[in-house]
Amino acid sequence: MTSMSMVHGVLAAAAPVGQVALGEAIAFWVLGPVALAGALGMVFARNAVHSALLLAVTMLSLGALYMVEQAPFLGFTQIIVYTGAVMMLFLFVLMLVGRDSSDSVVEVLRGQRLAAAILGIGLAGLLVGALAGALPVTADVPIDANNVPAGNVGGLGKLIFTQYLFPFELTSALLITAALGAMLLAFSQSRNAAKKSQRETVVARLRGEHARISPLPGPGVFATADSVATPALLPDGSVAPESLSEILETIPVTPAKPLAPLDARALTAARTERAQEKEAGA
Amino acid sequence: MTPTYYLLLSALLFCIGAVGVLVRRNAIVVFMCIELMLNAVNLTLVTFARINGGLDGQVMAFFVMVVAASEVVVGLAIIMSIFRTRRSSSVDDANLLKY
Repeated sequence: MTSMSMVHGVLAAAAPVGQVALGEAIAFWVLGPVALAGALGMVFARNAVHSALLLAVTMLSLGALYMVEQAPFLGFTQIIVYTGAVMMLFLFVLMLVGRDSSDSVVEVLRGQRLAAAILGIGLAGLLVGALAGALPVTADVPIDANNVPAGNVGGLGKLIFTQYLFPFELTSALLITAALGAMLLAFSQSRNAAKKSQRETVVARLRGEHARISPLPGPGVFATADSVATPALLPDGSVAPESLSEILETIPVTPAKPLAPLDARALTAARTERAQEKEAGA
Repeated sequence: MTPTYYLLLSALLFCIGAVGVLVRRNAIVVFMCIELMLNAVNLTLVTFARINGGLDGQVMAFFVMVVAASEVVVGLAIIMSIFRTRRSSSVDDANLLKY
């Protein structure tokens, strides 16, 4: 990840061209590692709830970094919207889905984790290398020159409601669409109309709206066994086909062979023999 | 230290989020990794605004936040409905389109 060019870039950046204030540097070196540690912990934590909490830590420190970077409005929005609303929504869904729904350790695709790690390290090397090359030429323009009269929030508002008015209106459409979509996806069970009452069902049966007036005969009724596979018998003794389950009908039924009548004493022959021996002995 | 260090931090955060998306299989955690990537990009936008001395980058970060919020709402609703039908929140279990 740290190539020689990056080291050179970092060393070259020590020149006092676009240096930030000492307080900001301290805030960065405190909050940046916290954010990185939170992100790494989120990826590597086995429990999903731990991941969510660590991501909240990352987002909180990012919000503080925004404030340090002269964007106080975005910093507060980050804390309120992300840490307050989005992460709590995540935790809410996690609790609904089940807290113990943690990842399995089994690798489905062979070598996927190794490939992902190589890809991530490569991407990080590319980005950091490119940025490190750009480090020395960066000059820091004070942002206050643009928004001194109105402040950060006033300047943002002025921009949003003049230059970015159309995108802003589009976001309102997007939010409404998202709310509608979430409602549609979340209330999937209430798709049917109101349930019919018992009386309405009876009237519909008598009107002939159903296939038959009475319910289907249950299996085993008027039969010699109580198995579900035993059909009901009609008054003339034939099998009522409607009483057979459609699933069971596909299974071939072999009638049990009639057993030869057993003498009960044959089963206890040994015992009677012993009893007779005992009697003879006595 | 120059403001470009913020860009380095956000690049690292973005890479961690990307690796998380590839590695994790719980759909909610994958979603959280996507949020981390969005946050990293937001940090980049704020830093660019600060380097250039304008507010446009901050406005863009603001819009990204709005889009991310609506994305979270819809995505979590989709995850909920998938969980309701398949009783699982693993991305490996939603594989019917494969066959």
